[in-house]
Amino acid sequence: MRDVAIVGVGCTEFGELWDRSFRELFVEAGISAIEDANIQGGEIDALYVGNMSGGRFIEQEHLGALIADYAGLASLNIPSTRVEAACASGGLALRQGIVAVASGYHDIVIAGGAEKMTDVDVQITTDALAAAADREWEGVMGATFPGLYAMIARLHMHKYATTQEQLACVAVKNHHNGTMNPKAQFQNEISIETVLNSIMVADPLHIYDCSPITDGASAVVIAPAEIARKYTDTPIYVKASAQASGTLALHDRLDITTLDATVAAASRAYRMAKVTPGDIDFAEVHDCFTIAEICAIEDLGFVRKGEGGPASLSGMTAIGGKIPINPSGGLKACGHPVGATGVKQAVEVALQLRGEAGRRQIDGAEIGLTHNVGGSGGTAVVHIFSREK
Amino acid sequence: MNVGIVSYGAYIPCYRIKIEEIAKVWGDNASSIIDGLMIYEKSVPDMDEDTITIAVEAARNAINRGGVNPERIEAVFTGSESHPYAVKPTSTVVAEAIGATPNLTAADFEFACKAGTAAVQACIGLAESGMIDLGLAIGSDVSQGAPGDALEYTAAAGGVAFIIGKEKTVAKIESTYSFTTDTPDFWRREGMPYPEHGGRFTGEPGYFKHVTSAASGLMDRMGTKPSDYKYAIFHQPNGKFPVRAAKMLGFSTEQIKPGLVVSRLGNTYSGSCMMGLAATLDIARPGDRIFVTAFGSGAGSDAFSIRVTDRIDEIRNGAPSVEELLANPIYINYATYAKHKGKIKL
Amino acid sequence: MSVPRFWRRLKNLYNLIGTRCEKCNEYYYPPRNMCPKCRRSGLMVPFKFKGFGEVLTYTVMHSSTKDYAKQTPYILAIIKLDEGPNLTSQVICSHKDIHIGMRVKSTFRRLGEESERGMIYYGTKFVPLINPSKEF
Repeated sequence: MRDVAIVGVGCTEFGELWDRSFRELFVEAGISAIEDANIQGGEIDALYVGNMSGGRFIEQEHLGALIADYAGLASLNIPSTRVEAACASGGLALRQGIVAVASGYHDIVIAGGAEKMTDVDVQITTDALAAAADREWEGVMGATFPGLYAMIARLHMHKYATTQEQLACVAVKNHHNGTMNPKAQFQNEISIETVLNSIMVADPLHIYDCSPITDGASAVVIAPAEIARKYTDTPIYVKASAQASGTLALHDRLDITTLDATVAAASRAYRMAKVTPGDIDFAEVHDCFTIAEICAIEDLGFVRKGEGGPASLSGMTAIGGKIPINPSGGLKACGHPVGATGVKQAVEVALQLRGEAGRRQIDGAEIGLTHNVGGSGGTAVVHIFSREK
Repeated sequence: MNVGIVSYGAYIPCYRIKIEEIAKVWGDNASSIIDGLMIYEKSVPDMDEDTITIAVEAARNAINRGGVNPERIEAVFTGSESHPYAVKPTSTVVAEAIGATPNLTAADFEFACKAGTAAVQACIGLAESGMIDLGLAIGSDVSQGAPGDALEYTAAAGGVAFIIGKEKTVAKIESTYSFTTDTPDFWRREGMPYPEHGGRFTGEPGYFKHVTSAASGLMDRMGTKPSDYKYAIFHQPNGKFPVRAAKMLGFSTEQIKPGLVVSRLGNTYSGSCMMGLAATLDIARPGDRIFVTAFGSGAGSDAFSIRVTDRIDEIRNGAPSVEELLANPIYINYATYAKHKGKIKL
Repeated sequence: MSVPRFWRRLKNLYNLIGTRCEKCNEYYYPPRNMCPKCRRSGLMVPFKFKGFGEVLTYTVMHSSTKDYAKQTPYILAIIKLDEGPNLTSQVICSHKDIHIGMRVKSTFRRLGEESERGMIYYGTKFVPLINPSKEF
């Protein structure tokens, strides 16, 4: 296995992009990554496309070929593979690209993700997302993702005295970070009152506790570390790529408030990168709901189990805090085009480590972590990146 | 006859709407309606309840009360005028949901408010003849009343199940007799959401003629008289009709009182008379004789003479009593009721 | 949910029939055809759960998918069955009464329908006990 680096990144703006199609979004993100890496189309060996539900959102499958074609790569006949793991599809596409380059099968790989979620009615979107849960034993009983995470939140509040204010402060912090990200879906400040006074989706989660429905795409160019400097002065080295599975259904989990898959993926990643949680300078975590960020910082080992709420309220996770979480605005404010999210997290980490994150730049960031979750915890992907080889 | 009731079970949804609440919507005088019908409130099904779910809950209560092995049940008949499917039996769902499948016969009955007792009679015949071990007869309805129609004040939801067989009975069925004519006092055409009725025509030529004829017909045949019975139950479309029918036949107010649940429940149609019997069995003592007369529009009446056995005390507490099912209702307003009953088209 | 897909697990949905591994004696609901503990050496047999349990966690759903939109607000919960396994279902009770640890029992309800013309799906939801001293 050889070392791998990210040599180019690209991302569309995130939001309700009524005027752009799925294929246009992916191509836009791909082109900006290719231009960032300064490579030629002919150098690309393979393409990995993260997407959750093209079948439901745009009634289109066979997305690998579609993207290769519209990226102008059809004549090169390169392999193009669609990767699916619900909301972790992007993180998994990234991992497939990393594994392909690390193994030596391919040299230059594009790993991207895209989702076009606004072409269908919101109830259809909700139902398509609910397919990431167990359709036969959760969905059929009326479970949706806000519902499942609300049940996690309810139990977390019961076990650890976590409060709705603590949940809300996650959204407030991520909205604040979003104001400094020109690509974010929401670039407005909110207050704890905004969250608590917003409509209830699934008690105790208000609409401001939930990530939005978003269109968007993101892509990275992956290359062997030894030739990375051929393409960029600031390669970002992949120190660990770890993936873990847990139970598909929330009710089967040993502890409802702990994402076993996150714990397992994180521990593998720390071992692989030879670092501890304390070595991580900042992280992009999967905050599909405010409670998800609280569980994430616990399960990733940044705080002890049950202390995620108070830690969030203390400012520990803000930019400038002990461990800044989601400087991009996270899924909550930057937006959550499900297939794109896992790749966008890596784009943000690369920008931060290169020192190109603008007003949201974390000073002296050396090691960053991404954490992407599928469903209520059936899949978790953790990557660790570093400026240093 | 050798057959009787082996066990029984009832089910009533927890929601109620008061007559005042309905009257308010239609600008009616609530107190005159209450005086006229002797009904104060009626049961309303939940959004996810229908004739099938109510029948299953009643049947499960019957099975649990009697400690009956469901595999012994060889016939399931469900009487209703609100079967969820026009074609596809309610009774197959019930049979599956109580674990009685596949060695049994099943069918749905419809005879306005007496479909449940018609099912009881069918089970009596099969069990008495030895064709089946146990039969399950259910009356279950989420009855319909058009918005603003007089029926809306009474059309309620509930169900009762009786397990009929020869052994370990809690009440012997001494005899049954029916009186049936073609009397169009009430009907619902195929595909129509609400029934039509003949107004006051439903009274004398419908209810009273059939109930009194069936009741006196049975007593004549058996050589019994009202005073031979501790309790009596007559179909209760409202609180007034059964009281008047009892009086016409010579039964006292005390005899019909325990079974007269309509004022707090409404008319549960196929479950109506059977609910009265269930409530009476809840308090009856061994040896008590009970006289029962159901009525179904269209029209016919089924009368039964029943004698309670010693076993009633053994199984009485094995499932919720009608009183327990009537207790702690959740009152809802007309808007919620309209939503529950599908009166708001989405 | 198509007709065959519903029909195939109708007994499980109606009667809380899950599975039990005869080797390790672990209970499973929803049913599994391979024991996660014993894997290939396990022997799975059908098992009918009694239908009693307690609320492990819950939420009041104020918005939902198309199939459930008409039923909001409803209580979604994870129920811990007395025999061991957890399942997701709905609890039917006042929103003021629902709480973690509440004793519940199974009840037969509509889960949904294909459409006004289509098949009606039935299954198990949960209600509080009417009379806890008598276990019903």
